[in-house]
Amino acid sequence: MITAGIDMGAQVVKVVILNDGRVLARSMAPTGFEPLEAAQKALDEAIKQAKISRDDIKTIVSTGAGRKAVTFADKVLTEVTADAKGTTWLQPSVRTIIDIGAEEARGISCDAEGRVLDFAKNDKCAAGSGAFVETMARALEVKVPEMIELSFKSTKEAPINATCAVFAESEVVSLIHAKVEKADIAHAIHDAIASRVSSMVRRIPIEKDIALIGGVANNAAIVDVMKKHH
Amino acid sequence: MTTQVKYKSKPLDCWQWGKELRLEAYQDLIAGHEQGKLMVLGCAATPYGILAGLGDFVFLAGEPYGASIAADPPFSIPCMEAYEAKGYSRDMCGYMRNFVGSMYLDKYYFTGGPFPKFDFAWSVRHCPAGHPKWHQIVSEYQGFPMNYIDDETMLSADGDPEHRIEYVAGQYIDSIEWMEKVTGRTFDDEKAIEAMRNYFRNEALWGEVSLLNGAVPAPLDIKSMFALMPIAMLRRHEKVATQFLETLKDEMKDRIANQIAAVPTERYRMTMLTPPPWSFLKIFRYLENFGVVFVGTYVYLINSGEVKFLLDEDKVIPATVPEERPGWPQIKNREDLCRTVARWRTEHPFQSHLDTRKKEFVIIFHHWNGDAYLLLLNRGCVPMTTSMYDFQRDLQQHGIPVAMFEGNFADCRDIDETGVLDRLEAFLEGQGIQKLQGF
Repeated sequence: MITAGIDMGAQVVKVVILNDGRVLARSMAPTGFEPLEAAQKALDEAIKQAKISRDDIKTIVSTGAGRKAVTFADKVLTEVTADAKGTTWLQPSVRTIIDIGAEEARGISCDAEGRVLDFAKNDKCAAGSGAFVETMARALEVKVPEMIELSFKSTKEAPINATCAVFAESEVVSLIHAKVEKADIAHAIHDAIASRVSSMVRRIPIEKDIALIGGVANNAAIVDVMKKHH
Repeated sequence: MTTQVKYKSKPLDCWQWGKELRLEAYQDLIAGHEQGKLMVLGCAATPYGILAGLGDFVFLAGEPYGASIAADPPFSIPCMEAYEAKGYSRDMCGYMRNFVGSMYLDKYYFTGGPFPKFDFAWSVRHCPAGHPKWHQIVSEYQGFPMNYIDDETMLSADGDPEHRIEYVAGQYIDSIEWMEKVTGRTFDDEKAIEAMRNYFRNEALWGEVSLLNGAVPAPLDIKSMFALMPIAMLRRHEKVATQFLETLKDEMKDRIANQIAAVPTERYRMTMLTPPPWSFLKIFRYLENFGVVFVGTYVYLINSGEVKFLLDEDKVIPATVPEERPGWPQIKNREDLCRTVARWRTEHPFQSHLDTRKKEFVIIFHHWNGDAYLLLLNRGCVPMTTSMYDFQRDLQQHGIPVAMFEGNFADCRDIDETGVLDRLEAFLEGQGIQKLQGF
């Protein structure tokens, strides 16, 4: 049976098409201000890649922050449930999931069947999210990939103590004025994110294996410091 | 969990009477002075039946007034802003900010007319520093005297309880003399005793009514309980409240016998520890779409109500009134009354130590046949939020699922409504609860 999953994230909509559990196609598109159109566009792209027709898809499930905007979906699941089901399907040994998306970070404890046992999410705070990484990169006047590279060149600890993205940005500006090396600031930013997310995730039982997912999982510097925090 | 049972449901027969009684209590505050009644400010936990010794009175408990305003953001936000404009910070008690802002604007919520003027404030020191400071602001603004009973010693588990009872009873006796002085009235012991008997009776009745919600399906949902609670909270000293609560109790028993549900699609029962965010009561209506019924909140079981926790037996039963308890004397005079009130407070679950309280949370959860707790990290009340993570862990160690969200019971600006509903939806999915078909 051919099914499609649509993850309507805050910044990017992701689509995957499966045929009896085998990935047929994947696509992504910026969510923008017209999420329904973005979802349709991403789905059309995946259908094209899979060389199937829309009628071949028996069930469409949507998830993500904008999941309810996907009005053509047959089922709707929250990100927490989707994270647990999807991650354990890919990696059955995973019991703790850390998902850092554009606007939200969450920790999920799950069992072998991908059932959610407990979860924690950040409340009204961007300090542990992809949006925070981008804001800090802007403050350092570098692109995100460059900030990641810089982070690995750090030689000294630089403190960022604020638990709020706005105040953290102010601290970064202070460090720049204090002539602290960009590499050290970049590392401090990643360490601050890892620290925020880790303290939030510790609210739930942490059991190995731990998976880091979400757009920020592509940030090698975050992955590096997250390993130190866990 | 896909089974969908549909119970019978109907509104409460005594609903309209309850609404009238509630409104009367608030309207009394406006007409009180004209009718020669004393206007007194205090905390909801105060044994204000004692005031009847001075004659007719109206007691405004700050918390329910702050909560009523909170439920109406277009009224609440200007109150908050008026309060903040005086230089007070936004992280203080949310009820206080609504209350004091309403005073600064000179707008009384229930009539739109001027804010009530008080003769004095008399209260227990509920929320050790917070409420007296709140009332101090009002007292200095309006120019009335205040007197407080220091009964926080009741929270101590150490030492001889007799010493604590004597300490607190003495303060009640002194405060009666103080009230006679500031009002120029003579205190009538008989009237105070009668009003306090009503008060004890009504607390026990509200507790009993709340315990009846352990039935499946729940005869009353939390929204209805919140709507009727002001009768138990503000009119505890009156016979009419006894009549109403007896009627409500009988009606609940009838609903239980006939399987009449508050939420016809009930299939998942949640409980709370604290008040809800009052501007966000739609949270309960929204979750009914999932078959969720909220059956009670611990705080209003013991604040406005009284029950008896049998900790060794893991049980909770209705409370009896002091004069019916073994070894308690009949109240014959002022000294007996003050001593009984002091002793009653020592044994009231309102005064439970946190470790005892944790056991009570588990007991009441099972009594209410709960499936999960919903906890609020309340930005509007520090004491209510203290230990919330400890409570969460303890409940989870007892195998009780817990959902938690951040918000404010009195300031709508501190609630991310979409985020909270999203979080709860994720929690319910984890519990195997999906939105019901047809909703």
